[in-house]
Amino acid sequence: MDDHIERKPAKIRLREIAEKATQDAWEAKLRGEKVGWCASNFPQEITTTLGIPVVFPENHAAGVAAKGGGQRMCEYAESMGYSSDLCSYSRISFAYAALKECPELNIPQPDFLLCCNNICNCMIKWYENLAVELDIPLLLIDIPHLDAFPCDEDRIRYIRAQFDDCIRKLEELTGKKWDEERFKEVMAISQRSSRAWLKAVSYAQYTPSPYSGFDIFNNMAVAVVARGTVEAAEAFEQLAEEYEENVKNGVSTFKAEEKYRVLFEGIACWANLSYTFKTLKNLGINVTATVYGPAFSFLYDNLDELMAAYSYVPNCNVFERELELRVNDAIRHKVDGAIFHINRSCKHWSGTLYEMERQLREKAGIPTVVFDGDQADPRVFSEAQYLTRIEALVEIMEENKRKGARK
Amino acid sequence: MRDGAEIIGAAVIPVGTGTSGPARAMEAALKDAGLTQADMDVTAATGYGRNTLSEAGHVFSELSCHARGAYWLFPGVRTVLDIGGQDAKALSVLPGGKLGGFVMNDKCAAGTGRFLEVMARILDIDLDTLSRLDLESQECVEISSTCTVFAESEVISQLSKGTKPEDLAAAISRAVAFRGCGLLRRLGLTEPLFMTGGVARHGGVVRAIEAELKIPVHTDQRAQLAGAIGAALMAYDKITREGE
Repeated sequence: MDDHIERKPAKIRLREIAEKATQDAWEAKLRGEKVGWCASNFPQEITTTLGIPVVFPENHAAGVAAKGGGQRMCEYAESMGYSSDLCSYSRISFAYAALKECPELNIPQPDFLLCCNNICNCMIKWYENLAVELDIPLLLIDIPHLDAFPCDEDRIRYIRAQFDDCIRKLEELTGKKWDEERFKEVMAISQRSSRAWLKAVSYAQYTPSPYSGFDIFNNMAVAVVARGTVEAAEAFEQLAEEYEENVKNGVSTFKAEEKYRVLFEGIACWANLSYTFKTLKNLGINVTATVYGPAFSFLYDNLDELMAAYSYVPNCNVFERELELRVNDAIRHKVDGAIFHINRSCKHWSGTLYEMERQLREKAGIPTVVFDGDQADPRVFSEAQYLTRIEALVEIMEENKRKGARK
Repeated sequence: MRDGAEIIGAAVIPVGTGTSGPARAMEAALKDAGLTQADMDVTAATGYGRNTLSEAGHVFSELSCHARGAYWLFPGVRTVLDIGGQDAKALSVLPGGKLGGFVMNDKCAAGTGRFLEVMARILDIDLDTLSRLDLESQECVEISSTCTVFAESEVISQLSKGTKPEDLAAAISRAVAFRGCGLLRRLGLTEPLFMTGGVARHGGVVRAIEAELKIPVHTDQRAQLAGAIGAALMAYDKITREGE
């Protein structure tokens, strides 16, 4: 290739990959292929190996909310009879399945559903409801939530049996054929992507971090929708290279002085992304740790490990292991404090959050703050309450730095 | 405040930013001190709306201000429970009055001063009466709803059943107190405990917290001003440090 042709920045490539994944699904739909709606932590090795086009309702809902449609879609679902206590991603999904279009972001309607409950047990009922409403098949891979780490043999056998069953059913449903050689190739590419993603994210350990932590919220989309593709692996590798270069040059995509470094816990408030980010940026706070690195990288060396890896996602894993990941990240990435998002939508995640906050505060020796919000419904977020909490955190971090400087 | 040591004027106006409240509060506090804005060396703002007060030379988060103000009112305080109209918070205070850590109420209005205002309105009494009425309570009733609107319905239905207002007043105080105690337990309570915010003046809530925690709750007639005192002290620190 001509070395003089300048490469597109990784973030542009990643955005294009995410857009292309949706575009590919649209084209497949037009060709008459069956398209699925798929849970974010469903084993993508299955769909990628079979070459089955899927789109992701969670990513769709986040995109709709980020573009300002969250409240309207949630209200529409509520007017259909769904409770405002339900997850806002599910409400947006129900509204979209009924409306079939949305000015903010469109995805093809599904011919089948692929659910995996490792990230969320309530999702089973969300997908079951869609299956009944749309009268389409639902395939579920039930990942038993762990009560001890690591995942045991019985669980691995149970997941493996479902994995094989799901492949057989998808072959029948779509007419596509499973190819073991292709499967090995997809696993190898997925590993390459995951390692590159983890490597890129890990550069936040440097001071200043070479990137703005909120970039992760955007870039992670590709880790969900295209982890098993060479394009994704290459783009993540380029992202890691760019971050490494930034470290060498002492520059960052965080366009403010990095006065404080924090861990951000929980899903982003997509509908309030701009306010939540700008508030931190204006105070010189960069996010240098999130759970999204490990959450969307699945590392394994053999089939059993692949099965086990899908039980190591947040919410499915044991609390102690999840805590350990955060404490290690907080220490390795040198954070001064932590911000916890109590997400109205996510009862599962919020359920352990106060205890996670307490233990992280003690084990990492950092101040913490909790704020109320939602992943897609802006009605349960208050700008003034968020600002008050963040400013107080800053005052404690500032005092800690002053004390540290005096020592 | 004068020289970071003496309160020479104060005013409390119960309306928020975006109204004439802040201007009226400034005017009344200056009048109380016998001063004009021109006499002020520095003006500081805290609380909701702090960023919109044009006279403010310094703006501080209310959590740090409450910790500092409480320490000034009660030197040696280690834990502060601040219950205001908008929110409730438990603060751990470091020696000298710095904020060590905090937890705040969740999104619900229950457990804040607003809850008491709503309940006083239903009982058709003023806040001062509500704050004393629990002393006459003979029977223990419970208001358990965590939502202010639900609790409102609960009180109305109790009233229609003939429950006495004094018993309801005690139940309302306990409801606010229990939520405050929950925050204190989450934070980790170290004595002495001091209460700030408007609800510190509500005797019923203070008594209910003491009964629940079985420790004394200290407060001060000026506790509602703790945030403003803290802001004044922090601004005083800034100008004296700059002058050094």
